[in-house]
Amino acid sequence: MEWIGDLIKAFLVGGMICVAAQILIDKTSMTPARILVLYVSLGVFLTAIGVYAPLVSFAGCGATTPLIGFGYSLAEGVKKAVDERGLIGALTGGLTGTAGGIAAAVFFAYIFALIFRGHPKK
Amino acid sequence: MRVLRLNHAPSIVGYAAVVGGKEHEGPLGADFDLHDDSGKFGMDTWEKSESEMQRLALNLALSKGELSYQSIDAIFAGDLMNQCTGSAYGLLSFEKPYFGLYGACSTFAEATMLSSLMINAGYFRKCAAVSSSHFCSAERQFRFPLEYGGQRAPTAQWTATASGAAILSADGNGPYVTEVMPGIIVDKGINDINNMGAAMAPAAIDTLTAYFTETGKQPDDFDLILTGDLGLEGLSITRTLMKNEGYDLTKVYNDCGLLLYGKASQDVHCGGSGCGCSASVICGHILKRFAKGELKNVLYLATGALMSPNSLKQGATIPGIAHLVHISSEQNG
Amino acid sequence: MNMDSETYKKFTKARAPKSPIIKDCLRAFWVGGLICTFAEGLLHIYKMLNMTEENAKTLVPITLIFLAALLTGFGIFDDIAKYAGAGTLVPITGFANAMASPAIDDKSEGLVMGVGAQMFTIAGPVIVYGVLTSVIYGVIYWLCGVIG
Repeated sequence: MEWIGDLIKAFLVGGMICVAAQILIDKTSMTPARILVLYVSLGVFLTAIGVYAPLVSFAGCGATTPLIGFGYSLAEGVKKAVDERGLIGALTGGLTGTAGGIAAAVFFAYIFALIFRGHPKK
Repeated sequence: MRVLRLNHAPSIVGYAAVVGGKEHEGPLGADFDLHDDSGKFGMDTWEKSESEMQRLALNLALSKGELSYQSIDAIFAGDLMNQCTGSAYGLLSFEKPYFGLYGACSTFAEATMLSSLMINAGYFRKCAAVSSSHFCSAERQFRFPLEYGGQRAPTAQWTATASGAAILSADGNGPYVTEVMPGIIVDKGINDINNMGAAMAPAAIDTLTAYFTETGKQPDDFDLILTGDLGLEGLSITRTLMKNEGYDLTKVYNDCGLLLYGKASQDVHCGGSGCGCSASVICGHILKRFAKGELKNVLYLATGALMSPNSLKQGATIPGIAHLVHISSEQNG
Repeated sequence: MNMDSETYKKFTKARAPKSPIIKDCLRAFWVGGLICTFAEGLLHIYKMLNMTEENAKTLVPITLIFLAALLTGFGIFDDIAKYAGAGTLVPITGFANAMASPAIDDKSEGLVMGVGAQMFTIAGPVIVYGVLTSVIYGVIYWLCGVIG
């Protein structure tokens, strides 16, 4: 039953990454947009210095689902592309690694924008 | 002298308030003339809904005062949207001389003050003061998209979906606008959009102390001192600091932003805000209490936070303003 | 009022009610954790369906983005987010909501300048800074390879 362990690890690591952001929201005057920018840049940085990949292999989606994981995918994509294609990979790798997520977000956001209208908050 | 005494004090001869669902659910719900729980008022965009609220409010105020729209000489109106389009589109069909105002949440007091001054000076016989705000149009402009998932700070205020209109006239049986006092722009360095009460309170304190100093009156001379929409945080700052200035507001002071919502159950944090907030409280609730004889002497002090989305992004501080309108059941009150 | 700006700022800051940080963190923890657990569960299911590791790993965030955008459309996402705070903001769901919510809202300004342009008002900076830092990393990584 290895997968139960995987789920628990994902829960704990993912939850802690969210808590760190919540502390930033409550304790500083950082806007959500700034926190997301910080997290994605942090993800690239932590991957670059080799800290994040071990966390991903430990926690799986617990580490890749938070936006730090988006930075991880960008950095991993770049690394792979530079290995294969040289310097030009620095430009092509990042978005290749995250293409699925970005395209999905654009596509679904557009489709649902056609279907729905905003609701006043309760 | 900043206090302007109106020797030919104009009378408020018609008034009406139109609100959205949340405002109708609030403690003053029964006082409002018209409401739409969806907030749409039959329109396909929030901006049009806001304009429609102004149109409806002014029409209702006219009909409640048994006045025709032809009897109006001029309209003073404003809202929160870019370039005051809420007022321009909403009041287009009245075909009357129009003065578009921007005073943020203080707009209704500004409109009432200018209407009163113009009538007092004899240029006009009857003027309409109108203002509105809509949660959905304001949220889009100043904060986040409606469906954006975020948490509000505990000091944040809730933009009211509301509009109020009042008709002021050179003749009538009251209540009267007997004194007005334009506010000064005051900036005490607050740049937190989520604490507008703190940004506007210094302006309210400035206007109030100047008024009491000039007139020699005391807070207890009034049945009610009502700030526009400082919310819970701004109200308590004002109360504390006014005490330091030697004025005890404990008994007579309240705030439109607090009156409009039931705080705990409606989850609006510090209370309401927006041009429509104090407009609807005055035109829905306060003037009705005048008519019933429950109130005779009220100081209405609408506060506004004069920032823009860009000034906030640039980290600029939020200037505040507070216009004072003295409403009395006596023409020389 | 004879209080200078600095004193007034300190006075208001000290008295303003604080966010209930413990409660906020607990909520962010369990909701954020649950979303990640759900993602991990999806990954296992996709793999069981004989999907390649790479495809499964790509499809998991896509599924989350789809669900978050859908909940945004139904007007449910913001209610959950009000409760969960960073718990829904930080996972990829927050990114999807940041794109879908302005798109839905700004449909009234048309499909090009409304939906098309406004989709990136909140999420744009994430892509900009993510790509920027990754390109810098790529160049440094390449240089290290050339030199070392």
